[in-house]
Amino acid sequence: MKKILIVGATSAIAEAVARRFAARGERLYLIGRDAARLETMAADLKVRGAADARHGCLDLNEYGLHAMAVQQALTALGGLDAALIAHGTLGDQKACEADFTLALRELETNALSTISLLTHLANEFEHRGGGLIAVIGSVAGDRGRGSNYVYGTAKAAVETFTEGLRCRLFKSGVGVLLVKPGFVDTPMTQRFKKGPLWASPDRVAGSIVRAMDRRADVIYTPWFWRLIMGIIKAIPRPLFKRLKL
Amino acid sequence: MRLGGWGRYPLLDAEVEAPRGAQEAAAQLHRLAASGRNTIARGMGRSYGDSALQDHVLSTRHLDHFLDFDRSNGHITVQAGVTLAEIIALTLPQGWFPAVTPGTQYVSVGGAIAADVHGKNHHVDGSFGRHLLWLRLLTAGGDIVRCGPEENAGLFAATCGGMGLTGVVLEACLRLRPVRSNQIEHVTHRARNLDQVLELFSEHSAATYSVAWIDCLARGPRLGRSLLMVGEHAAEGALTAEPSGGPAVPDLVPSALLSRWSIGAMNALYYSRGSARPRKERIGYRPYFYPLDALRDWNRLYGRNGFLQYQLVVPVGADGRDALHRVLRTIADSGRGSFLAVLKQFGPANGNLLSFPMEGYTLALDFKVEPAVFELLDRLDDIVGGAGGRVYLCKDARLKAAAARRMYPRWDAFQAVRARVDPQRLFASRQSARLEL
Ligand SMILES: Cc1cc2nc3c(=O)[nH]c(=O)nc-3n(C[C@H](O)[C@H](O)[C@H](O)COP(=O)(O)OP(=O)(O)OC[C@H]3O[C@@H](n4cnc5c(N)ncnc54)[C@H](O)[C@@H]3O)c2cc1C
Ligand SMILES: NC(=O)c1ccc[n+]([C@@H]2O[C@H](COP(=O)([O-])OP(=O)(O)OC[C@H]3O[C@@H](n4cnc5c(N)ncnc54)[C@H](OP(=O)(O)O)[C@@H]3O)[C@@H](O)[C@H]2O)c1
Repeated sequence: MKKILIVGATSAIAEAVARRFAARGERLYLIGRDAARLETMAADLKVRGAADARHGCLDLNEYGLHAMAVQQALTALGGLDAALIAHGTLGDQKACEADFTLALRELETNALSTISLLTHLANEFEHRGGGLIAVIGSVAGDRGRGSNYVYGTAKAAVETFTEGLRCRLFKSGVGVLLVKPGFVDTPMTQRFKKGPLWASPDRVAGSIVRAMDRRADVIYTPWFWRLIMGIIKAIPRPLFKRLKL
Repeated sequence: MRLGGWGRYPLLDAEVEAPRGAQEAAAQLHRLAASGRNTIARGMGRSYGDSALQDHVLSTRHLDHFLDFDRSNGHITVQAGVTLAEIIALTLPQGWFPAVTPGTQYVSVGGAIAADVHGKNHHVDGSFGRHLLWLRLLTAGGDIVRCGPEENAGLFAATCGGMGLTGVVLEACLRLRPVRSNQIEHVTHRARNLDQVLELFSEHSAATYSVAWIDCLARGPRLGRSLLMVGEHAAEGALTAEPSGGPAVPDLVPSALLSRWSIGAMNALYYSRGSARPRKERIGYRPYFYPLDALRDWNRLYGRNGFLQYQLVVPVGADGRDALHRVLRTIADSGRGSFLAVLKQFGPANGNLLSFPMEGYTLALDFKVEPAVFELLDRLDDIVGGAGGRVYLCKDARLKAAAARRMYPRWDAFQAVRARVDPQRLFASRQSARLEL
């Protein structure tokens, strides 16, 4: 029975991951900002087999509360084997272009709050000499695109940060996993038209759990996004800047 | 988004919103009411016609949480979007199974409540609503009202079978049935004609499950020839839930596949399965309860135009039998019957205001959508309504208002409850508009 912390737990992807852990009988601690939904989710996970499911409620842009939230999770779980950071927002790129305060908000939610949490968790795990930290990034972080480079910037920052953190924590036996999903059908992407490239949260959750089990470093999910992004990254810049992507 | 029922007729462009909890749902209702729009709850979209259709629908897709499960007494509390398939996957390994299940496990609990669905055990166990301890309903005004057989009983009786017109069921507590195996012992009996199969139904009225496949194209002395299948949960065995899946039907199956001859061939096949002597078998719960689920998206078999399912019930007794004969003859003469024709004897009706079952015989079959079918079904309505019977609303896409009113005698009582909980008629489906409900 593992002790697992899930941050941004009400995310559709995170919840699908949590259900898979619950079915295995793991002990879970959920962090999110919607108390009613967290409570419902915790009840659900217990019925599905979780050894325990508790929750803490905060807005993750309150960095000052992160240390306390992590401590509460540690106390409630009586230790920590793994953590998954999943929260995020897909802001309005056009609005961010017009108003930096909105862009800043996006960067805070998608990069800085994650980096703050990673800092606290890294120190905890390093101190304990083991464990795994998983973070959901995005294929959007692979290359800045005209249509959503603010979100992409945040995800790229998380990627670079985890890359370095992985090197630092390697000698302590702490793993760092970066998950890069493609298009996933969740509330975040509700307004988009869906096509064959879209995956269900449960499918993505399956690959996240497998990657956590084998302590992978970086995964694309579904797998074919590695190919797609390989091509996108290979497009020469003189051409790339002319594309509407 | 293009939306239809399981029969893919009618289709319309609908806005779909999927609240993630009571609060979001209430806010959405408030917004809709303020702008004078209608909405209707939608679960798995397994109703065949336009019961879960409206320009705006409230999908219960995200209300998919288990809230409590007491393994000692089989009481399970779930959000309304949880499906019977999910319940079975969780509870069967612990020895519990839904007390009432329709012929597909891919229905939501909210949908099963709203249609007050029945199973092959209706004659002994009644319909879905009988096994509810309570439910929580989000009403048009944004209030959450708990109701049950003894608590707000009037609202409960309107909501079970109320086709979503009293509000959105958010949660419900169900009583499951204990089982000791995932297998069913079943015996197949062959009946030469309608009278014989009705006889067999009464003979086996003590069996937990009973249902008959009926050959709708057989005529003359063989009118109503059928296979009656009675079943019991096996007394012992494994309790694993079988994995879901199965091959899917591609989108563009030529509708010629459903021509009269292939339908006849299909019926002959089912008929040849029963030998002259009763045949005993032990099969898994999935092939027993959910044979059609094995072929995902089988509704596409009917092609682009979609299909209608017609399910009727006529009361027991001579009049009912006579009406059933006439219905079968009319269908056989038209040559438009489907390979899927199911006959069952119901037990007594319950007190729910728009619930479908009544003590009598129920028949369900499919019709490919084509112009001549509508007139045929109107004629069937006359026979059924004239005999004091009715048509099942969750299968319907074409019933006329006057016929419906005649078939559902507690219509006014239902409207009185609705006037109380939803005076502005925020909740309305394409069906309720058509039926002037
Ligand atoms: C293959 C197959 C076999 C079937 N066999 C049977 C059978 O044996 N017996 C039987 O009785 N039925 C049977 N049905 C019909 C099916 O059980 C009902 O139509 C059921 O209502 C479908 O549930 P759903 O979740 O798909 O609901 P939907 O089709 O989405 O909605 C049906 C109705 O329920 C309402 N509703 C849905 N959710 C809620 C909610 N949360 N609150 C309030 N109202 C709600 C909708 O407004 C609508 O009026 C069968 C259907 C199929 C496709
Ligand atoms: N969906 C995709 O196509 C896709 C693709 C690539 C990467 N991703 C990433 O996958 C992760 C999960 O997203 P999802 O698709 O599952 O979307 P989602 O269901 O919308 O989940 C996003 C979650 O983040 C939470 N959140 C946002 N801001 C927060 C804050 N300030 N404090 C606390 N919680 C906050 C939201 O909480 P509330 O529920 O309370 O709003 C929500 O639970 C995100 O990191 C996203 O960037 C998604």
